[in-house]
Amino acid sequence: MLTLATISNSALAFTAACTGIGLVALALWLAGLISPRSFNPQKGEAYECGIPTRGESMAQFKVGYYLFAILFLMFDVETVFLFPWAVRVKELGTAGLLSIAIFFCVLVLGLVYAWRKGALEWK
Amino acid sequence: MQDFSELTAFIHSLLTQFLPEWAAVTVECVIIAVCLLLAYSLLALFYIWFERKVCAAFQCRLGPNRVGPWGLLQSIADMFKILIKELISLKHTDKFLFALAPYLVILASMLSFAVLPWGNGLQIIDFNIGIFFLIACSSIGVLGILLAGWSSNNKFTLIGALRSGAQMVSYELSIGLSILTMVAFAGSMSIGDIVNAQANGWFIFTGHIPAVIAFVIYLIAGTAETNRGPFDLPEAESELTAGYHTEYSGIHFGFFYLAEYLNLFIVSGVAALMFFGGWMPFHINGWDSFNQVMDYIPSVIWFIGKAIALSFVIIWFKWTFPRLRIDQLLSLEWKYLLPINLANLVLMVCCIVYGWHF
Repeated sequence: MLTLATISNSALAFTAACTGIGLVALALWLAGLISPRSFNPQKGEAYECGIPTRGESMAQFKVGYYLFAILFLMFDVETVFLFPWAVRVKELGTAGLLSIAIFFCVLVLGLVYAWRKGALEWK
Repeated sequence: MQDFSELTAFIHSLLTQFLPEWAAVTVECVIIAVCLLLAYSLLALFYIWFERKVCAAFQCRLGPNRVGPWGLLQSIADMFKILIKELISLKHTDKFLFALAPYLVILASMLSFAVLPWGNGLQIIDFNIGIFFLIACSSIGVLGILLAGWSSNNKFTLIGALRSGAQMVSYELSIGLSILTMVAFAGSMSIGDIVNAQANGWFIFTGHIPAVIAFVIYLIAGTAETNRGPFDLPEAESELTAGYHTEYSGIHFGFFYLAEYLNLFIVSGVAALMFFGGWMPFHINGWDSFNQVMDYIPSVIWFIGKAIALSFVIIWFKWTFPRLRIDQLLSLEWKYLLPINLANLVLMVCCIVYGWHF
């Protein structure tokens, strides 16, 4: 836990990432050493209602999830664009506010369109 | 107030006496990794114990009270128990993705954990876009959850993962926008700067009404983001057994459990950082002796205390509100929180640019 000018932030982020991966690898290795192992054909089956699985489990799913994922993508990218403006909002003043207002209107129009089209209803 | 950067500078000068520069940096990185690992696992173990105790108190039970004083060692015992459980290898899973999912989940929480400021001068990564990095890292977790659900080849896990994915991506917007509101107020994305800007008053007090609205939205979205409380429908045990981690056994399951509790800490830590001044002590203008007493409390205790207090509120939600349906959940986010959040952002910007007061 050192904030040192001598270590670059990317090196520290790399250290943190390695720590995360190391934690999983270490715990899995430890569990592999001390956990018991026994074979039983029934154990390899999927956990369902006690009867053998019927049909494919990696099946089609409701299209509504895609809709929300696409909406999320749209709004998240636009939020990313708002961040640099937010940092400088005081310096930019009214001019910055007006120019971002146009961008903001497009953002809100997108939401209104999706709402009116019924994309936000869960049917 | 003590400054931890003196300690770290001392360690650095000590190491460079004996070692060349590159070796000293390597040793420091190893020290950081060990500290991070210890803090991460100890905090997760504490949180598991804390949640069980709080839940017990809400239900008029005692909770864990046999292992160690007040059951404090219960979660350590649980950790050993989970380590000696068998890792069942399933027949029909996608082996590679099944093994990859816990890595992603832990990686996401570890990276966002490393960004949090623990105390004065006690912060591992201080990017100038720190809070942005934190949001980006925490969203890797969704990938891990979706992979876990899909690769398990089980209908329960698939539905659980999809619900979880839809919920987490939706509420990430609210988290992003309410943090954006506070970034506009602070005028910086660096976590160090955000904390320092709150030396003369926490943002929840100085940020007028928009900061309060942003905090309420953040708390709701944060509860949903960690799949807790009234938003725990990905793991609704009566419908989906255990949601996306149904097929994981032993320590494999433990990773998801660990990350879930750490995410609770991260969400409340970020709330403490953005709204309650991070490690800054509580000050009242004009009360000099009171402020000095507050300064004596170490900054680490301030930060962890705030985070735990906010976690308590989030756990409280779980025992107060009934679980939402998926359509209610999505309409709450897209029809209420998102428009309110956008309006709130405009209000906050007007407050900053035109100096409005409430």
